[in-house]
Amino acid sequence: MNEFTYPILFGVVVGVLARLLMLRTDYRQYPTYLHGKVIHLSLGFIAALLGTIAVPAIIEKEYTAVTFLTIAASQFREVRNMERNTLTELDAFELVPRGNTYIEGIAIAFEGRNYLVIFSSFLATFGYLVWNILVAIGVSIISFLLIKKFMSGSSLKDIVDIEYAHPHFDGAGLYVDNIYIMNIGLPQRQEEIVEYGMGFVLTPKNFNVRSTIANLGQRQAILHDVSVSMGVFRDSGTPALVPLIKRDLDDGRIGVFVLPQERDKQRAIDIIGAVPVLENAIRMPSESKTNKQKRGSS
Amino acid sequence: MKIEKAVLAAVTTNRSNVDGGSPIFICDSKEEMDQLAANLEAILDGIGHALSDELYIIVKH
Repeated sequence: MNEFTYPILFGVVVGVLARLLMLRTDYRQYPTYLHGKVIHLSLGFIAALLGTIAVPAIIEKEYTAVTFLTIAASQFREVRNMERNTLTELDAFELVPRGNTYIEGIAIAFEGRNYLVIFSSFLATFGYLVWNILVAIGVSIISFLLIKKFMSGSSLKDIVDIEYAHPHFDGAGLYVDNIYIMNIGLPQRQEEIVEYGMGFVLTPKNFNVRSTIANLGQRQAILHDVSVSMGVFRDSGTPALVPLIKRDLDDGRIGVFVLPQERDKQRAIDIIGAVPVLENAIRMPSESKTNKQKRGSS
Repeated sequence: MKIEKAVLAAVTTNRSNVDGGSPIFICDSKEEMDQLAANLEAILDGIGHALSDELYIIVKH
């Protein structure tokens, strides 16, 4: 026991709690089982320990010890690779795949969350050692709140208006509103689609959003989330019954065609609205210098 | 080059509509054509697309 024991223990506990707070199983169903959670809690524990130890190292003037944080960085990059590989392997067996963009988003979140654990542990131990335990508790609560804020990105309902439009056929062409989806030849399939299919039109609220929802990864994420939450009228060997999203080239609206098992319009609209906007799909054409100049001069 | 889509079969009621490399199934009526195309779709794991009332193609996507 020395003067660093309690601060270190405190920092580690704060870090592990932070990781627990960020580890939720939701409709994305990942990580689902105990083993997946154990892996991430253990990694969170290591991250907490690294963040905590950095403070006594600095106080004891052991500056070289801080270089082990670089090992941590490569370690957590490895976590990202691990998540990416696992999810990509599993994706091949999904009836409606997640798509690479969604997987990359999840993998980034796993890496990022370990760094957040390092920061909160570091700050907690720092507060304890420099001031006292009360300050440390205050700092921990603030970092928990910040983590909560970091965790929630925006969702689709913030950037698009969602409307229901029943899918219909014009000859062999399947349409949602006036957006062409695909060609379905067999009358039998057409009947199934009219009976079980649902269509939604997503209208972008501004110019930036157009390119975001046009992103194929973002579109696949919408299809995956709807299919996970509402079931999917599909099996292997029925490629005609595939949920699809196509784009109206004129105005950037997208037409979502899905085949849910449960056909509740309002719930489907809520689910589409709750789909996360994928970090990798976000585009900001309005931030471009040429676009800004144009707007300034006109 | 990777070819992602391929026409697996053509089903028609009018022989003069199609010719060439893929298997061609000639039917006497629209009903027979629907039936045949539905079976082929399931067997070949492709989608039956209608190019006209007389011609379906089964495409692997």
